[in-house]
Amino acid sequence: MDELRILSPTAILGYGFPMESFEEGMKRKPHVIAVDAGSTDPGPYYLGAGKSFTDKNSVKRDLEIMIPAALEANIPVIIGTAGGSGGRPHVEFNLDIIKEIAKEKKLSFKLAIIQSEFEKDFIKEKLRKGDIEPLHPAKQITEEEIDNTVRIVAQMGEEPFMKALEEGADVILAGRSYDPSVFSALAIKEGFNKGLAIHLGKILECAAIAALPGSGSDSMFGYLRKDNFVLEPLSPLRKCTTLSIAAHTLYEKTNPYILPGPGGAINLHECEFKQLDENKVQVSGSKFVPTDEYFVKLEGVRKVGYRTISFAGVKDPIMISKIDSITQSVKDRVVNNFENYGLIDFFLDFKIYGKNGVMGMFPHIEEEAGNELMIIIEAVAPTQEQADTICGFARSTMLHFGYEGRIATAGNLAFPFSPSDCKMGEVYEFNVYHLMKVDNPTDLFPIEYMEFNKQS
Amino acid sequence: MEYKLKEVASVIRSKNSGPYELTFDVIFKDFDMYEKVKKAKSINEDNFASLYNIPKSDIISLVYFDPAKAVKVTIVRPIPSGALGETDVYGAQQHAPLMNFEFSI
Repeated sequence: MDELRILSPTAILGYGFPMESFEEGMKRKPHVIAVDAGSTDPGPYYLGAGKSFTDKNSVKRDLEIMIPAALEANIPVIIGTAGGSGGRPHVEFNLDIIKEIAKEKKLSFKLAIIQSEFEKDFIKEKLRKGDIEPLHPAKQITEEEIDNTVRIVAQMGEEPFMKALEEGADVILAGRSYDPSVFSALAIKEGFNKGLAIHLGKILECAAIAALPGSGSDSMFGYLRKDNFVLEPLSPLRKCTTLSIAAHTLYEKTNPYILPGPGGAINLHECEFKQLDENKVQVSGSKFVPTDEYFVKLEGVRKVGYRTISFAGVKDPIMISKIDSITQSVKDRVVNNFENYGLIDFFLDFKIYGKNGVMGMFPHIEEEAGNELMIIIEAVAPTQEQADTICGFARSTMLHFGYEGRIATAGNLAFPFSPSDCKMGEVYEFNVYHLMKVDNPTDLFPIEYMEFNKQS
Repeated sequence: MEYKLKEVASVIRSKNSGPYELTFDVIFKDFDMYEKVKKAKSINEDNFASLYNIPKSDIISLVYFDPAKAVKVTIVRPIPSGALGETDVYGAQQHAPLMNFEFSI
């Protein structure tokens, strides 16, 4: 095989794609259709709660086009990081959708399901063996912290996908996956250069985001050859330029020259980007450098409590000029009010939009306030009821707080909604972001098969 | 000569690189300006740390990336994505101070 062709319909399964782009992709006779279905970007909630950040109908719409087209062309469909986070409930979410499609469209195919969620005992045993190390800037983890974890997944490399392909899977549904793996697996199995295959996967995983103008809901096509690869957007509205592709190599990475992943890193020091024609770019020189030992990345979250929030606007210029001391006084009053009642374990925060609200994690870099503020009062506590109590009390205290110099004595806050307070439910935070040494990167991720046939 | 970064760059952006890091990309409009900035190290650890009011030790890498005529700076997130007190889960709106960054060559 001299050339392996890969169709990446969309940046994230469920983000959609124009039918015209997909058809252009199929005309180019791809050897595989691959799609990344998740990310840690939406934050820790989804992994913790076992929910997908993509919508069921949107995911079904995309797969309903991809799976029948691939079966007809007799090529595999590979889905990575099912359900957004790749835990068991996330795989289950996506599996239910595939079952529905198989039934409704009367399809026949062999489905491989690859899991990536691990039991805590297994992770603790690996920790005791010294096989787990933190990924800077995360801290070393303890067994107690693992016990506090709600769910732990590991990012699989291309190996489990290669095994499923060898065992004849038509569709592969996988848990948490290193983003490029779904694109690189078939190529590496067919003996193509691993550095090029993974680098191509890195770009294809975001589909048309790497084109100009960029889009998260349009398709991209990759041609992998012996010593280079070529990228082509499938919509006539977009172009790949050396700049758009090189710029994408920067995206969401720590260092653009070294891109670490399972079992090694791609080194781009000798990488070259060449404009082939108006809309195609050729990339060469990407190298895969394996590490001595094989590491996979673990991701886990712990439950922090429950959140209740309240939104309120402020227009009064005197109040705006004193907002920092007012929020501090309200916090003190809340603490003082519930101290003896025994409600002391909570987090109370004021996000002040119009005064460094967006960049609140960098305090003191911009002190100027706008002429109106949006305040989000946020309470997080061990139960929803307690969070409601703290948020509601902070809200009523702030509404009638008699700050110094106040002349608007009827009320301090403009509520855009009734009710003013909103229950946000469970709150999670990342607590595992570590590397785990593994002996066998294929067997670590168990595969099961399911056969669908028209009759069932 | 005095320059404002937003006048000489075609892309200025921030984003998560995993939940514990923030990464900033500045892509210049042309190679001329990029080479000048690179040679003068107009964006460096010292002025980036003071721009964001962070300790220099929080800068994980600051790399001039020739193929994209870009500077990439990656830092430890002051608060991990989605943790209590955090304000930008995707990290996509932390770039504004860079736009007004001024330097002279």
